[in-house]
Amino acid sequence: MLRFAFYRLLQAIPVLLIVISLTFLLVHSAPGGPFSADKAVPPEVIKALEAQYNLDQPLWQQYVSYLGDIVQGDFGPSFKYPGRNVSELIAAGLPATAELAFYAMLVALVIGVSAGVAAAMRPNTAQDYIPMSAAMIGICMPSFLLGPLLVLIFGIHLEWLPVSGWGDMPGDKILPAITLGTGYAAYIARLSRGGMLEVLSQDYIRTARAKGLSEPLVIAKHALRGGLIPVVAFLGPAFAGLLGGSFVVETIFQIPGLGRFYVQAAFNRDYTMILGTTVFFATLIIVFNLLSDMLAIWLNPKLRQQARGES
Amino acid sequence: MEGLLLKDSTTLAPKPGLAESWTVSEDGRVYTFNLRKNARWSNGDPHNANDYVWSWWRALQPALGNLYAYMYFSIENAQEYYEGTVTDFDQVGVKALDDYTLQVTLSNPTPYFLQLLDHYSLYPVHRGTVEKFGTADERGTRWTYEGNNVGNGAFQLVDWKINRRITLERNPYYWNSDQVQLNKIIFYPTENVVSEERMFRAGQLHRTGSIPADKIPVYLEANDSSLHIAPYLGTYFYRINTRVPHLQDKTVRRALAMTIDRETISKSILKAGQIPAYAMTPPGTMGYYPESDLRFDPEAARKLLADAGYPNGEGFPTTEILYNTSEGHRKIAVAIQQMWKKYLNIDIKLLNQEWKVYLDSESAGNYQISRAGWIGDYVDPNSFLDMFLCNGGNNRTGWCNSEYDRLISDVAPTVKSHAERMTVFGQAEQILMDELPVIPIYIYTSVNLVNKSVKNYADNILNQPAFTEMSLQPEQSNIDGAQY
Repeated sequence: MLRFAFYRLLQAIPVLLIVISLTFLLVHSAPGGPFSADKAVPPEVIKALEAQYNLDQPLWQQYVSYLGDIVQGDFGPSFKYPGRNVSELIAAGLPATAELAFYAMLVALVIGVSAGVAAAMRPNTAQDYIPMSAAMIGICMPSFLLGPLLVLIFGIHLEWLPVSGWGDMPGDKILPAITLGTGYAAYIARLSRGGMLEVLSQDYIRTARAKGLSEPLVIAKHALRGGLIPVVAFLGPAFAGLLGGSFVVETIFQIPGLGRFYVQAAFNRDYTMILGTTVFFATLIIVFNLLSDMLAIWLNPKLRQQARGES
Repeated sequence: MEGLLLKDSTTLAPKPGLAESWTVSEDGRVYTFNLRKNARWSNGDPHNANDYVWSWWRALQPALGNLYAYMYFSIENAQEYYEGTVTDFDQVGVKALDDYTLQVTLSNPTPYFLQLLDHYSLYPVHRGTVEKFGTADERGTRWTYEGNNVGNGAFQLVDWKINRRITLERNPYYWNSDQVQLNKIIFYPTENVVSEERMFRAGQLHRTGSIPADKIPVYLEANDSSLHIAPYLGTYFYRINTRVPHLQDKTVRRALAMTIDRETISKSILKAGQIPAYAMTPPGTMGYYPESDLRFDPEAARKLLADAGYPNGEGFPTTEILYNTSEGHRKIAVAIQQMWKKYLNIDIKLLNQEWKVYLDSESAGNYQISRAGWIGDYVDPNSFLDMFLCNGGNNRTGWCNSEYDRLISDVAPTVKSHAERMTVFGQAEQILMDELPVIPIYIYTSVNLVNKSVKNYADNILNQPAFTEMSLQPEQSNIDGAQY
């Protein structure tokens, strides 16, 4: 297992290098620079600014020195927020994004797994059709529609929850978590239904039933572990997706998270900030994929044996 | 932070700030400011005339990359010092005669100079703090951070979380602290006007900086007094690239300008009382009302276009309107596209670009007609008209007129009286509106939502609320129904 992890991490290096190089090329070839503004900026000011951020050097030289900095863990200074480092800004935005992703994941798992299992227990009945149709709607419903809809109902009409903010008012984290989690809940519901259906038709489940175990015990003790493997495999990419894909929800609810920084950085042509966040997200996705693969191996005896055989 | 002077919250007339009084020499070039002896920095340090001399010296250091250095250029030798032709700062027209007397000498009489003093680019900074975190001309040091920053204004920075909030608290050392009513101000940054309006409705904000256009009629219909609409010192206009062959002829440009039905745009699209614009400078700027014979007249416009060689629009090349991506700009461009088709029978294409791409295209002259807006830095026609000098960085139309340049750069700064100066601006503006390198469309209005518990709130044409004068009175929502 350790060797498996090691090889996967080794593979990550060229992946990250490609990500950095492509992003670097793309941001520098995008029209408009970090210092262009609607009011003309005097050329001598532009010169002073470019010298400060080494933008007056040839591109390859900037690229090489950027790589050198990144190896040392230095993402450089932000262009938009003078005096602040990209690492500092990522550190400022990450807690809110991570917390949001965590709550959204909870929402997704609780709703998704219970709906999926319930559906799988009585396939092709109302107990299956209703949650699965709801899941289909949930997958199709974009967060920029669901968010304002929830706000309208629970924030403005019923006045139960704050309409935006993060940690400023009690309950202001509920609507963002539901908005972000719903799409994933729907996906998890479909995955767990499929997984459960497959497992429930296996012989060992029939054996368990034949032993006279009650249905809930069969599900809880025997079926869940196997039935949820597809869900577990999905958790890594899902968590990485939640972290990297929360910018719409962050914008709707004014959450000071990383996603909002990322979008703003792109609009501001904050080169170092775009690169820094991209590298950060790429690393997260790689790490979470690795973790969920390892978890899936641990859950599935067949794969476990394979991994052991390799090492 | 505060400057030497403040502005009246409604009329914007200069009034005493950190200077309690001032005198102007007869030739209008030498200003002498008497500073308040009871003024203090927010850490208790004394505040005096040397703070200004040092801060203004710092603002003119080229290495600092100050975007607003030009705000100083009316001061004698300031531009020369900034550009390096004068190296001794003693020759720049700023002197501390003693601790509480500051003398400023201008190159020419500049009637709007007093207004500039309330612009943040001329505020003094606390020398000890700046130097504690870096050298004077170093950019982006941490002296502005919460906990580090030392100011001289009514409120002091206590919390600055990027994208989350900025919190200010009352500064007890402020010279007029007794009169300040608010204890704390919290600013929530947002790029989402829809969320902002929802927060206001849910009672989470006392004031918004904007409101979605489609919500304005709702508030107007409900006759809701929290909606504040006021004239704003800004003009929405189209730049015409005069380097494009078929747009070189000013009769063509006039025909285009005369077939925009501004009343309809204002009433049916904008809906917030925007004033149709027939000149660049908003009417009433420092008592100046631009004269312009521009009007909506499709009949005459068709004739002009025929005179220019395009009878009934025939042979007129398809022309492109460039705008930065935004629903509002798109609506206006579509309306104008239809008007020009209907009245002139010419084909217009629309092209939208993301903000920075659009800026790049516009400043590189890579457009035919482009959407633009301009907000005055100070209340004076000069703020709108000096944009179109031949070498003006914001001109971007390729238009150049030596008589116009002479009036704005040479004549206006040297005339003796206010009335004479306004006449000169009037002449320059007539040249501009005769040649039309730009087509003015409307004068902005500011639209804010202000909670009814905010008292002493005043609208003004710069849309700058006077936080030192406002107060909060407990919710009266039960009585007048402030909730929606």
